Amino acid sequence: MVKYKVKVEVWLKDNLVDAEGKMVEESLKDLGYNVQSVRVGKSYSFNLDLSNDSLVEKVVDEICRRLLANPVKDKYFFKVMRYEE
Amino acid sequence: MNILVIRAPGTNCDVETVRGIKECGLNAITVHTDKLLEGSIDLFEFYALVIPGGFSYGDSVRAGAIWAAKLNSKLLNSLRDFIDDGRPVLGICNGFQVLVELGLLPGWNDNSTPSVALAPNISGKFECRWINLRVANVNNVFLRYFSKNSILRLPIAHSEGRFIASKNILSILEKNGQIAFKYCLPNGKPADMLYPFNPNGSIMDIAGIMNPAGNVLGLMPHPERAVYFWQLPTFPSNIAAKTYFGDGYWIFKSMCDYIIEHFQ
Repeated sequence: MVKYKVKVEVWLKDNLVDAEGKMVEESLKDLGYNVQSVRVGKSYSFNLDLSNDSLVEKVVDEICRRLLANPVKDKYFFKVMRYEE
Repeated sequence: MNILVIRAPGTNCDVETVRGIKECGLNAITVHTDKLLEGSIDLFEFYALVIPGGFSYGDSVRAGAIWAAKLNSKLLNSLRDFIDDGRPVLGICNGFQVLVELGLLPGWNDNSTPSVALAPNISGKFECRWINLRVANVNNVFLRYFSKNSILRLPIAHSEGRFIASKNILSILEKNGQIAFKYCLPNGKPADMLYPFNPNGSIMDIAGIMNPAGNVLGLMPHPERAVYFWQLPTFPSNIAAKTYFGDGYWIFKSMCDYIIEHFQ
């Protein structure tokens, strides 16, 4: 068994209007900050146990496609790090 | 003869849906998703499945994603058989989001990765009001009592209803006649993305789609909230018109009459 720490980020694709991002941008401007292009995304972190022969990138990609992101509207990135207990 | 209205934590209007179906002469019961997953209730005891609206599992991850993952874990093959058998499946609002996440809409292949999406509304708001819809296709289980281009009035209540699909997917949907409803102006002219008539920024004003066979329908508006005349915004002045039912009733009626004809 191999142990991994995984971090995933999910964002609305760049070509889609991000209404929440716009709202945050407006608010930050109200507070006096000169911000542009605000986008809001979600991040997930989890520990994952895999058998020695599984490809961790393949499994995490599957996790993203099956639940954490809808690839039609979302883009996602992930980082994996092996760790020992 | 029973119709199954499936529930989950955060479901709403399941009781109204049951009442709407009973008004059409068939029986309906609500069953919790867990009962189906643990196998104590068999999907095939029912002639149709309705996935109602609401905010299942608190809309965690994104609307419909958790509910879809639960169904995907144990019931996806049964659901496909159920649909292939010609039994109707209706997804209302959150139910539409679930059908999309399961890949049962547009329902072209056995791949459960979604090929369309319902993204957060472009307005950034929860849109909750009556809207106008134009019927785009009537060759299906749910819309036999409407004619093409008839205008319906139904209420919406959602924050994730912006229909998104690639150009290629849209052209196949159109070619197959899988677009059921489009948001329109009160006079029936296309909304052409104009807010608030298109309430969420849906591409091509799409409000509901079907599978190619026409026995699976997903729509963002709530037909169960427009079954009786006293639920409509024209009440009480509509009493004089003596039309007892709203547009939502005829969607349930169409589904129920199809079941009576095909399964009784």
